[in-house]
Formats: sequence, C-alpha cells, structure tokens
Amino acid sequence: MTHDLGFWTLQTLNALQLSMLLFLLSIGLTVIFGLMHFVNLAHGALYALGAYFAATIASTAGFWVALLVAPLGVAVVGMALYGGLISRMRKSGPMAQVLVTFGLIFVLLDLSRIFWGDLALAINTPAALSGRVDIMGTGYPAYRLFIIALGVAIFAALALILSRTQIGAMIRAGVDNDAMAACMGINVERLFFIVFCVGCALAGLAGAVAAPLLSVTPGMGLEILIPTLIVIVIGGLGSLKGAIAGSLIYGFVQTFGAVLLPGVASILIYALLAAVLLLKPVGLFPAKG
Amino acid sequence: MLDVTGLNAGYGETQVLYGLSVSAKPGRVLAILGRNGAGKSTTLKTIMGLLPAQAGEIRFDGKAISGAKPYDIARAGIAYVPETRDIFPSLTVRENLELAARRFPCADGGWTMERVLDLFPRLGERMENGGMELSGGEQQMLAIARALLMNPRLLILDEPTEGLAPIIVKLIHDKLQELRNDGLPMIIVEQNFGFATSLADDVVIVSKGQIVWTGSAAEIRADEDAQHRWLGV
Repeated sequence: MTHDLGFWTLQTLNALQLSMLLFLLSIGLTVIFGLMHFVNLAHGALYALGAYFAATIASTAGFWVALLVAPLGVAVVGMALYGGLISRMRKSGPMAQVLVTFGLIFVLLDLSRIFWGDLALAINTPAALSGRVDIMGTGYPAYRLFIIALGVAIFAALALILSRTQIGAMIRAGVDNDAMAACMGINVERLFFIVFCVGCALAGLAGAVAAPLLSVTPGMGLEILIPTLIVIVIGGLGSLKGAIAGSLIYGFVQTFGAVLLPGVASILIYALLAAVLLLKPVGLFPAKG
Repeated sequence: MLDVTGLNAGYGETQVLYGLSVSAKPGRVLAILGRNGAGKSTTLKTIMGLLPAQAGEIRFDGKAISGAKPYDIARAGIAYVPETRDIFPSLTVRENLELAARRFPCADGGWTMERVLDLFPRLGERMENGGMELSGGEQQMLAIARALLMNPRLLILDEPTEGLAPIIVKLIHDKLQELRNDGLPMIIVEQNFGFATSLADDVVIVSKGQIVWTGSAAEIRADEDAQHRWLGV
C-alpha cells in the first residue's frame, strides 16, 4: 500500500485536516498563554460547547448559520468567564489558575449533560460539501477539504493581522513585555480581553467544524485538550508560527504513525514531546526567544 | 509638577522606600542620585504604577496618580525609559516607534517620527531591523525616541548611560541637553555623577529609601563631604 500514490495523498490530506483543527484550537490557547500568562485548561470545554451550539443551531437554521453563530456564542461565554473569573485570577499564579480552569472543565461538562443529555448528537455535513472531490485519482470528502481550506484561511488572516496591523504590533509588544507595553499607553487589559474572546471564538469554530466529522459528546473537550497542549508545548508558547508548526507536526506524526507504525503509534507523539522538552524545553518557535 | 509625598513602596514583603518625598518642577531637570539599592529605581517604578504605593501620595499636576495603572499614567503624560530599555524584540525599530507615534498624535511643534529621526539619525538607518539587532547605544536611543513620540509632559529616565561606551554617553548627554534647552521636564536616575550633575538643575540624594540631601547641581558638585558620605565619589 505504501507504493500507492493514492495512499500518500489520502493520508497527507487526513494529516492536514487534523492539523488545521488543532491549529484553530491551539492558536487561541497559545496566545492567551503568551500574552496573559494565563493557563486556561477550559479551552477544550469551549470547543465542546462550540460543537453543541452548532449541533443545536444546525438542526433548525442549517449548517452555515451554525458555523457563524456557534463561535459567536462561545465568545459570549468566554466574555462571561473573563468578567466573572479570569479577570480576578490574573495575578493568582499558575497553580490556582490550573485548578480553577480544570474545575471549569467539569462544570461545563456537566452543564452540557444537563442541557443536551449524555447521548451523542450527530450533525450532517452541509449538502454543498457532502460529495467527494477527485485529487490525483483519489476521491476525498469535500467537507474535509473545506476544513483544511478554513484552517489555512484563518492562519493567513491571523498572520496578516499580527504582522501588518497596529493591533498585531500591540499584541506582539504585549507578549514581549506587558509592563512596558502598558507604560507606552497600551491598554493591555483591554487587549487581553479582545484576544481572549477571539481565542474562545476560534475554539468554538473548531468545535463547530469538527461536529459533522465526530459525534458530539460531553467528553470531546477533554479528549482534545491533551493534543492541544502537546501542540503548544512542541510549538512554543505565544507564537503563531509555533501553533501552526506544532499542529502540523502533531497531525502528521499521529496520522502517519497510525498507518505506518500501528504498534507504536500511540506513544510516538509522546516520545516526540519528551524529545522536544529535553532538547528545546521552550518549544520550537516560542514568542520569547 | 510631580510631587511625591511620604512614599512607602517595595517589592512584595520587602519595603524599599520609607516615607520618600521629592518634587520635580516644570521646565527643570531633577537628578536622583544614590548608591545601589538606595531605592532610586523603586521610586521611578512606583511613580509609573509598576509597583504599588503602600503609603503616601503621588500627584502629577495636582492630580493624584498613586494607585493608577501604568496605562493611565502614560496617558496622563509621563514617559518612562527603563534601566533595561525594554525594546520589544518581536518588533522592528519602525514598529517600536510607531507604537508610540500612533497612540499619541502630536500637537503643533510636538514630536513626530521625522523629528526623532533628526535627533537620532542612526535609528533612521536601522528602521527595518529587529529590536534585538541593535547595539546597547542604539537601544538606548530607540528607548528615548519612543518615549519622546509619546509627547510627554515629563520624561523619566532610569540609568540612561548604564553599560554604554563613553562616546555614546557623550551623545546621549548632548541629546538630553537639547531636550532640556527645549524646556522638557525630566527626572534622571543616574550612577554617573558627572553626567547627572551636568544635566540637572536640581539634585536629590536617596539613601535607605529616604531623601537625605536636596540642593542644586552646583551645590552638590561643591559639597565634597556630601559626595563622599552619600555617593562614595
């Protein structure tokens, strides 16, 4: 099978699709880490929430409305979390933050059980993307290509905003040195809030696009949390480059590991994580060099 | 224009300032001198809101600013050049400058990008370089240029000559002298006695978190006893 071009095409696309999903999740988390020094373990739970919002909205208003509204809904939940909890815990140190946001995972998990029940929800792929596209002789689901394209588009948009705009320069300055940024008249707290909400919206978007691929279950947020954390540890904290590099590495190692080395696939990514931590503990492309 | 009264401040449990009082006057340069660990930088950081004031009061143009955030203090018109310069490494020289220029649009006769590049032509040649590709002297020029683009009413400099070659110290001195002649009020914390007293109008000496000597630059230059006692010159 490894001599077949179709096999490589298919697995590469699978790896890319997984990478892009992880990218949407990890970019928000890593910039929140880098800018606010805040450890938000509930990020995965917001992804699950995005999937639930999407499933609910899609059943009445259709997929495309869900894809737009679910991230906004998650951003609103993020605003409430920020105002109620996170802004008060900014200075309380990583241990307290980890404990509180870890607790938040279970609160959100149980809330979604109460509202949506224990059974998995399904959501159909939209009609326009339900077919297959022929790529170099291999038929590939159009919806998965859509996820890849969406990830690339979001990456390009964020890269452009971070490198070319004034708010991008403010975010980079804030990640470099938040105290000095404040001394230059930058409202760092407001910047944190905006970044946090955008990060939440992207987590919600990841949940919404993942919903038609996976079944929507209360535990999906916990399942994605570990891969997301691995991505940002490998990639390095706070940087867009780190998030995309970490996502691609995870996506390819995981996908190709599973088909080429099924015996060791489950430990491969952890071995890689250990190697990165030993050789370059700050990750491959950290924001602070 | 800046009045600090009875200030207590420090790092967490460690108190550094014990009832420190000092005033900066409009159109004048104040030098804060003292040995290492006397509380000079702590005073500046507390003024900027980077450290909390545990007691006492800080007033800027009569308005209380103790307890305000660094962001509000910058907005009120105080620009800060820290000891470590704190150039943003992820930003180019141009972006470092624009960050200030865009946020503080200048009134007539204020500081513009052109004017700071006239003051420091070296920066003009390095606009697209990253903040960390600069020499120590260039970083100091950038830190001062960036502060000027905030069009401040008061400029605070922490050890502007630290670690710089003599020729750069001379250049920084001449540029700060130009600013002084333009009437920009400044507070300068400095270990370099000659540099500080040649720029300053007023001088205070800090020891163990309190002001122990106050006078003019000419007076401290003449007072060898005070120099020896408080500064070890």
